[in-house]
Amino acid sequence: MALDFSTEQQKLTVVLSGDMRRYDDQTRIAEVMSAAARVKEICFEAAGLKDWDSTTAALIYRLITREIKPKTKVVTASLPEDLQRLLALASAVDRKPAQPTMNKECFLEKLGGWGLAVGGGIKKALAFMKEAVASLVRFFCGRAVMRRVDFEFALEDCGYKAIGIVSLVSFMVGLILAFVGALQLKMFGAQIYIASLVTIGMIRIMGAIMAGIIIAGRTGAAYAATIGTMQVNEEVDALKTFGFSVSDFLVLPRLLSLMITMPFLTMLADIMGMIGGAFVAVLILDISAPLYWQYSVSAFGLNNFLVGIFHGFVYGLIIAGCGCYYGVNCGRNADSVGVATTRAVVASIVIMIVVTGLLTLIFEALGI
Amino acid sequence: MKTDKVKIKGENLTVAYGDNVVLRRVNFEVEKGDIFIIMGGSGCGKSSLLKVLTGLKEPAAGKVLIDGVDFYAADTAEQKKIMRNGGILYQSGALFSSMTLAENIALPLQQYTDYSAAMIKDLVALKLALVGLRGYEDFYPAEISGGMKKRAGLARAMALDPDILYFDEPSAGLDPVSAKLLDDLILEINQSLGTTIVVITHELSSIFAIGKNAIYLDSESKTVSAYGNPHELLKNPPNRNVLSFLTGGRE
Repeated sequence: MALDFSTEQQKLTVVLSGDMRRYDDQTRIAEVMSAAARVKEICFEAAGLKDWDSTTAALIYRLITREIKPKTKVVTASLPEDLQRLLALASAVDRKPAQPTMNKECFLEKLGGWGLAVGGGIKKALAFMKEAVASLVRFFCGRAVMRRVDFEFALEDCGYKAIGIVSLVSFMVGLILAFVGALQLKMFGAQIYIASLVTIGMIRIMGAIMAGIIIAGRTGAAYAATIGTMQVNEEVDALKTFGFSVSDFLVLPRLLSLMITMPFLTMLADIMGMIGGAFVAVLILDISAPLYWQYSVSAFGLNNFLVGIFHGFVYGLIIAGCGCYYGVNCGRNADSVGVATTRAVVASIVIMIVVTGLLTLIFEALGI
Repeated sequence: MKTDKVKIKGENLTVAYGDNVVLRRVNFEVEKGDIFIIMGGSGCGKSSLLKVLTGLKEPAAGKVLIDGVDFYAADTAEQKKIMRNGGILYQSGALFSSMTLAENIALPLQQYTDYSAAMIKDLVALKLALVGLRGYEDFYPAEISGGMKKRAGLARAMALDPDILYFDEPSAGLDPVSAKLLDDLILEINQSLGTTIVVITHELSSIFAIGKNAIYLDSESKTVSAYGNPHELLKNPPNRNVLSFLTGGRE
């Protein structure tokens, strides 16, 4: 294969010969391109060209479209007929769409755009919340259009199917809490207070947080992915065109099921955490089981328990809200479903933590 | 038809999903450089046959011979080589949504060739220009129209200069002008590159505009009930179903 060239009186002759398939000599190509930029006429000689492929066409196409000066005369008559046809097809202007306009924004424009996007996002979130509340009101008034089977499916999915994972993780958290506490309390000979530490920790907040994080990753993500995929498949559009409320049809069953199951899952997490703590205390730290039970019961306050259950209920609202919000507002491609799922989980956890902080301050102020 | 001219041969192909047989004893030959139409009504097994031809679904019985090689009897390396020599344009374009058009087209070039980055860039520019998308390198699939997605999908299918190009319902979802442009493009690619083209379609305008040879898959008999040039088949239809199909149900 060979790519030769000669320049004579503002005329560049490019000679293609031999087998030019898979031609990729960038040094030689750069020399030809450099020579092409300085002449007024380019003539291709291809009498000795035996074979060619897309690399040959790409090389010539680049030369005649990007490297030469405007009004440079190009003579391609010597090129094989099929190669000429291909180049003509690539250079056809009648089918060329309008050139895209690529926006290059300055910093201030980007900042403004970001501000507008945040504002738009808040507006959308408020509208979503308003719709969700309206759906709940319609449901309690018996006017919501919700399929019972959807509700039962959602209830099943975030109900007994979540028991295994919530139990395991909460048990391990109780166990870790007891171990970490034991290390410190042992210095004062106060290991027995592990029972109080684990009981108060789990029932007041840790049980609810653990259940919330697990359900956000498991169920909230599934909500976003399911509704997001429906958005991609235009199923959400179909619902809208039927005149159904998307909120009633898709959000309400999920919201109700998490509102119902999260307090129970929180209770389960509390119990499993306490069992985990007891496991460490009785089997490893040699604290007697009746004594551990006695201290656990004395530490167990109804206030703490109800605060934990309330947290669980609020987390249920947050998880269902985030999962459904990101699903309903998902884009129209496969990538968007992934983005919606990730955002649903991250937003659920962040909002849960922020709300926990606020609730802690409120309960503190109320003396609960 | 001489054997050395045959690019693709289907021999007694039977396609089934479990116990549900969708095609029975399908036989056909596609010549090198042909534009071959696989036509038929909805649910006749066109897309299943395409899956079999492109190596996505093993037939329940029969052979697919590409350049004389039995695809499903070949070893994995040979199968991969055959698959690389075939580009497919899916109905929706099937572009990777997280990549720009340039990245979509560059992907097979980076994967299967040792071309320099500069040559890959030039090839991407050429392929996009060939499908009328000059300057769209940095656009994402979500930013272009359905017709443009199809053309970008075609540019990606052509990236490795395949011997065979398969088109799955190329006109589906396109307006008549865009559909005509795509048909013209198929003809021009076939004429300038000599690529063998297999088109799955039920669009009559496309069938008569580009088809050199065709088979008609009958949904009742689940096999080929007509074989030949679409214009000839219209003049001498072998049965009522073919006549009805080729006249759009008017006769």
